[in-house]
Amino acid sequence: MKTTFLDFEQPIAELEAKIEELRFVQDDSAVDISDEILRLEAKSRGLTKDIYGKLSPWQIAQVARHPQRPYTLDYVEHLFTDFQELHGDRAFADDHAIVGGIARFNGQSVMVIGHQKGRDTKEKIFRNFGMPRPEGYRKALRLMRLAEKFGLPVFTFVDTPGAYPGIDAEERGQSEAIGRNLMVLAELKVPVICTIIGEGGSGGALAIAVGDSVLMLQYSTYSVISPEGCASILWKSAEKAGEAAEIMGITATRLKTLGLVDKIVSEPTGGAHRDYRTMAQSLKKSLQECLRQHSELSTADLLERRFDRLMAYGKFKEQAVA
Amino acid sequence: MSWLQKLLPPKIKRAEGVRKQVPEGLWCKCPACEAVLYSSDLSNNQSVCPKCSHHHRLRARARLDLLLDQEGRFEIGAEVLPVDPLKFKDSKRYADRLNSAYDDTGEPDAMVVMQGSIKSVGVVVACFEFEFMGGSMGSVVGERFARGVRCAVEQRLPFICITASGGARMQEGLFSLMQMAKTTAALTLLSQRKLPFISILTDPTMGGVSASFAFLGDVVVAEPGALIGFAGPRVIEQTVREKLPEGFQRAEFLVEKGAVDMIVDRREMRDRLSSLLALLLRVPAAA
Repeated sequence: MKTTFLDFEQPIAELEAKIEELRFVQDDSAVDISDEILRLEAKSRGLTKDIYGKLSPWQIAQVARHPQRPYTLDYVEHLFTDFQELHGDRAFADDHAIVGGIARFNGQSVMVIGHQKGRDTKEKIFRNFGMPRPEGYRKALRLMRLAEKFGLPVFTFVDTPGAYPGIDAEERGQSEAIGRNLMVLAELKVPVICTIIGEGGSGGALAIAVGDSVLMLQYSTYSVISPEGCASILWKSAEKAGEAAEIMGITATRLKTLGLVDKIVSEPTGGAHRDYRTMAQSLKKSLQECLRQHSELSTADLLERRFDRLMAYGKFKEQAVA
Repeated sequence: MSWLQKLLPPKIKRAEGVRKQVPEGLWCKCPACEAVLYSSDLSNNQSVCPKCSHHHRLRARARLDLLLDQEGRFEIGAEVLPVDPLKFKDSKRYADRLNSAYDDTGEPDAMVVMQGSIKSVGVVVACFEFEFMGGSMGSVVGERFARGVRCAVEQRLPFICITASGGARMQEGLFSLMQMAKTTAALTLLSQRKLPFISILTDPTMGGVSASFAFLGDVVVAEPGALIGFAGPRVIEQTVREKLPEGFQRAEFLVEKGAVDMIVDRREMRDRLSSLLALLLRVPAAA
């Protein structure tokens, strides 16, 4: 797969193009230029490391939305075995923007639920760009209940621009569907481990992101409104999205500092899309650790801990009123 | 100069030039039927237009005053006050926005919670103050809501929430999103103890407030004509690129779609609530 480069990666793109060219020349060249290629490759790696070492929040948002970024089903392939996808909400339809099913994680039966985006235009439309409708959230709800019934830990993978803002979604109760999930997740009697793998877009993300651990991949984002949305409200212009990304605090490091996420999972140099396997391996380690911790707790302790965590969200001051 | 003006005595001429002084705020115009109303007529009618029954927006304390019995009210969570966790600044600092909203409304944040009673049935009522930054939900709203719920649980009382909100408070970033999780988690305390939660949706109830506890009421009530939904009409219009149907996302539309139980006129709200609560709590009917 040929890597797609983002705007700020242009220097890397140029270098990579040059390396490609040299490789092509080398095939029918008498002179050995492999040393030169190695040197340039090292330089490209260094450059990537440099650029990725100081990404702005807005650039991170671009990486989180990278067209080649691994999606839920890619992680399903690398992290789980025996995946059996389950479809439909039993009431209206099967929403393709949310996938889910039973699988094995290190041999143990678990439930997997995640947003799913599409790669090419056709699939993007099929997946509705990863924006679920109420039936998607109700499918997720059904799978959570199923997991609870059979004592399966739940892994969720969050990657959505947000819940779908459409007429049909409103008619079928988008608000209720999201709210219901939040409440059910708050008292689901099995461990729930949530990972933000790409875009954590507002309520549409949160509807499957309430759990015992919330992990964020290094270059994922999580926010109450998209930077574009925030900018168009505050500055009446989506152009200011960069500034909005800066002030809202949407990156893993910022949110970890604020105590809103539990763990950052590092990505391979140049982002998860450069190396799915390495990414999946490091995520697997973190998920294993979380699952081990939560499995040690009794259900009552697990739920009490989750409840206390939820109730502790928020920053305010207390002052006696006269 | 016309012959009539020549005839008029000078005193009348002067009076014609000067406009009559009318005290500010004596009159107001109903935005729905454009009738010109006496402000006092409107406020005596619970801010419902006497001509067309349009429900005007109501301040939180005024609403609580209409709903609760005079005796035995006290406020919950007033000690919880806002901070600026992100040092958020766009054209104006969030801290300054908080201050000016306080100056304009007299409220430190967008929610007032009170314990009291409705026709002698004890309740805890949380009410959004839309005038305070669009009734947006930040950390203070979440915490006051949670304290209200805890208080209801401790005293075994039903909990009522009256929403009027544009959604989550952007200026608190992800903290505000997490209030959706916090408020819904708090509701589990009520449902575990079989205490009723009644949600009253008023104009407007949108975004993060709508998509968290608002639709989780054991009974969900809406005021006539209230705009209620997840995404704002403008966002939907931009996404689907078509004109929205007449009455879309209005309370009547939601009843039609099966999203809310009933529409209740504000002037009957107290009676209906007291009856609902008595039924849910299995209080014997008055003889």
